[in-house]
Amino acid sequence: MSIHLFNKRTALMLTLAATLTACGSDNDDNMTEPPPPQPEPMEYSYDITVVNLTHEQPLSPITAVLHADGKMWDIGMSSSIALEKLAEGGDNTDFISQESVIANASAQGPLMPGLSETLTITTTDELATHLTMVSMLVNTNDAFSGLTNLELSTLDVDATMSWHLAVYDAGTEANTEAMGTIPGPADGGTGYSMIRDDVDRVSMHSGVVSQDDGLMSSVLTQAHRFDNPSIKLTITRTK
Amino acid sequence: MKFKTLLTTVATSVTMIAVSSAASAQDLDITVTNLTQGLYFTPIVAAAHNGDTQLFSTGMAASPELTAMAEGGDISGLVSVLTNADANTVENPAGGLLAPSTSTNFMLMNDEGNQYLSFSAMILPSNDGFVGVSRWMIPEEAGTYTVYVNAYDAGTEANDEIRGSGAVGEAGMPVPPPLENMIGMNGTGVTMSETNMAVHVHRGNLGDDDMMAGKSDINNSVQRWLNPVAKLTVVVK
Repeated sequence: MSIHLFNKRTALMLTLAATLTACGSDNDDNMTEPPPPQPEPMEYSYDITVVNLTHEQPLSPITAVLHADGKMWDIGMSSSIALEKLAEGGDNTDFISQESVIANASAQGPLMPGLSETLTITTTDELATHLTMVSMLVNTNDAFSGLTNLELSTLDVDATMSWHLAVYDAGTEANTEAMGTIPGPADGGTGYSMIRDDVDRVSMHSGVVSQDDGLMSSVLTQAHRFDNPSIKLTITRTK
Repeated sequence: MKFKTLLTTVATSVTMIAVSSAASAQDLDITVTNLTQGLYFTPIVAAAHNGDTQLFSTGMAASPELTAMAEGGDISGLVSVLTNADANTVENPAGGLLAPSTSTNFMLMNDEGNQYLSFSAMILPSNDGFVGVSRWMIPEEAGTYTVYVNAYDAGTEANDEIRGSGAVGEAGMPVPPPLENMIGMNGTGVTMSETNMAVHVHRGNLGDDDMMAGKSDINNSVQRWLNPVAKLTVVVK
């Protein structure tokens, strides 16, 4: 019984195939067999807008990455080297090249205080379920702000969510505020250094002290001080 | 045809509720608490208003009306902007300054379409620091809602932190009683410039420990803060 059915089906399929081939040949000798129709891959796209809320802390190029479930930093955990490079020097090259990163978007240059900027990040990868946004406050030793492991499934198309983000300390460089240690315009010093001379864990930042507030070896002034939040982040899913 | 029209109307009103909250009037019982240890808030302006109105927006330059409030505590400009927008406005509910760690409570009934709540007040002592919430969507559902509030810098005046004027365009801080006896004097000035001229998160007062000289007339062990500096509690009846 089953063999009979099989033969019948096979015969039908062969007939259909022959008919299709014949049709193709009649119209165009060069026409190749069309590939089987595949479902159009679903595209996911997000607009990420950042406002720099600080008084005089330019933000290193705004960075956004899509990835599977997993925090890229956490309070009490040691910073990855990729995060250390970003938090100490504003360099996101390693951060966007991490193995876990599926898609990334990076601004061309720093975002000055009082200004805002929008990045677009797009993917068709179903595994890109979470988003991380990060940036360094460049007139510091190793302060950064951002949001990590935001689950995107809660965001419908055209939905918008907004956050006010606090400042973290990467814990990889002592907050000396000393000349030569701060990469931003307040100093023009060294960014990343592989030496870890701090607590080696991420925490909330306690703010900068500055020379005006009594740290005489600081290159920072009262103008560089900050309080939370430092970033207004708005994410809109567009596709 | 009539049935179809009805369906469309129902669909539209459902969308309206989802997007813009309640369309009908609500009774709001509002409390503003000054969470700080040593700061005063000047007379508060609070209002329920439409979606086209806002008191301030971070990353944008302050309006002249906001500037007058942030530099001198004068809310008359903001009140007239709100009145022109048919907002439901409450002025000066605390009857003067709101002292450190105290609250003021007031009622506000919003008209249909005024579905956003805002409030603001200047922070004393400061040059152009203010506390406020801009365009908070009033929930449709009855309940108690809490918003923690940050201190902002209007970006319109250098934070020199010395006694001066509350008039727009004039340097220095306004020093009404009881502040005149709480802060120092003869400060030389913390800074002459303000590099961020958009509304931004206030970096905090610097102050110093010399009440008769030094850079600042602000006392660095009393009149500093960390966010949040205020709490807004809204009971939707």
